[in-house]
Amino acid sequence: MNPQLLELICFYAFAAVAVVSALMVITLRNSVHAVLSLVLTFFSVASIWLLAQAEFLALALIVVYVGAVMVLFLFVVMMLDINQEKVREGFIRYLPVGIVVAAVMLLEMLALIGLRAMHVAVMGPNPATEAGMSNIAWLGQALYTRYLLPFEVAALILTVGLVAAVVLTLRHKAIARHQNPSEQVRVRDRDRVRIVKMDAERPQEDQA
Amino acid sequence: MAAELWLVFWTLLKILAITIPVILAVAMFVYWERKVIGWMHVRMGPNKIGPLGLFQAFADVVKLLLKEVVVPANANRFLFFLAPLLALVPALAAWAVVPFGQGLVLANVNAGVLYLLAMSSLGVYGIILAGWASNSRYALLGAMRSAAQVISYELAMGMALICVLVLAGSLNLTAIVDAQAGPKGLFDWFWLPLLPVFVIYWISGVAETNRAPFDVAEGESEIVAGFHVEYSGSAFAIFFLAEYANMILISFLAAVLFLGGWLSPFPVSWGWIGTPGFGWLLVKAFVFSFLFLWFRATFPRYRYDQIMRLGWKVFIPITIVWVLVAGCMKYFGWVTIGG
Repeated sequence: MNPQLLELICFYAFAAVAVVSALMVITLRNSVHAVLSLVLTFFSVASIWLLAQAEFLALALIVVYVGAVMVLFLFVVMMLDINQEKVREGFIRYLPVGIVVAAVMLLEMLALIGLRAMHVAVMGPNPATEAGMSNIAWLGQALYTRYLLPFEVAALILTVGLVAAVVLTLRHKAIARHQNPSEQVRVRDRDRVRIVKMDAERPQEDQA
Repeated sequence: MAAELWLVFWTLLKILAITIPVILAVAMFVYWERKVIGWMHVRMGPNKIGPLGLFQAFADVVKLLLKEVVVPANANRFLFFLAPLLALVPALAAWAVVPFGQGLVLANVNAGVLYLLAMSSLGVYGIILAGWASNSRYALLGAMRSAAQVISYELAMGMALICVLVLAGSLNLTAIVDAQAGPKGLFDWFWLPLLPVFVIYWISGVAETNRAPFDVAEGESEIVAGFHVEYSGSAFAIFFLAEYANMILISFLAAVLFLGGWLSPFPVSWGWIGTPGFGWLLVKAFVFSFLFLWFRATFPRYRYDQIMRLGWKVFIPITIVWVLVAGCMKYFGWVTIGG
């Protein structure tokens, strides 16, 4: 069994899992199950990227999407009481838009496959192996030298998005109560409890 | 063909050579925890089964395995049984890249630290799904708390790891240990230039494993036992195993990333005590795992909003500043990297 054949078998296995789980995302009735299928899709795509020796992208996909984004997604889906009927109703209404998107994606993929078939080198050979560096080292060097400006612009856009999200959700209500942790730490017992000194008293009945 | 089969077999043997000691270490760690906390409470701890109570952990395992696994009514059966496995698999898989000595590692991958981050971020799925699939309010609350907490502290942990990467110039764990070698021994390790980040890494590690004082996901005084309240028998045992395997993993990583892994704190000229070896890694990891127990016996549980505040408003800003400091250290050559 030569390694290339093994790699091919692995690729088809991961690809099949990715396609089936992607289908399950849109067909499963239970929304938590659908989110989990999406996680599985990400996972198998990451495995395919690992096969293509893009180890940084593969692990970043798992860390960012599976480890953070999908956890928050799951978090929200679990909290919501999603009405399946309502979701189904929208299906026909959004179908035309979906078909257009699917058609565009199909065209793009066909174009790529066509270019491949005409032996046009779309990507060229793996630049990391050509430079004799690990995938991550090459990616880092490329991002911070050749593509520094686009990289910084992307970072800036993300920061703007972050600030916007914070501002949108941060509403100062007049009645909202806030805690001041440093005040809470500084608090002393005499601020909270007053010790009252008083003499012992007899019950009323005894005096009468 | 025979060579490939042999490779698969050999790798399987190596995997077993890591996972079986880890599982045994978990059993002994549980015994050690009960003993240490017992001493700290001025109690005896387990002392009936075997010499010094040493077999207590195994008795517990047998008890848990023989107990019935009760599935709550209306629980999602598939996810209910999947959740413990999802918690355990990443906890064991992460060990693949942990180096135990020079060249003594199962998978010497270039992106070792990234792989560790990926695996530790997967562990939270087990907790969330357990909480949801149990169809219990307490479990769901525990899962929610845990999800928010793990994500928050993963950021601080990731930023702390970035500082290590900047100094070591590599994501490979063996290369990170090699970068800490030097004639000054103890003072060449990364804990010194990265002291604040080291502390933050450790505290985030405790929070990430949902251990006291950050164990609000279990919070037995408020939500009974949190995410695993509905689990019994072997399903509960798997959660238990995953939690303790993660604790040992975090201890090993703290030793590898900040305390020079298998390097000796003493100069080489001191003879056997100065030679690097697996023993040193074990000693360092043992100290860290002891800290877990010490914390549990010492600190009261954090309030939930304060956990969030500590993670987001204290740790993350400090680590961001220290990434900058580490960059300066590297750029201006303030620290020597490698022997």
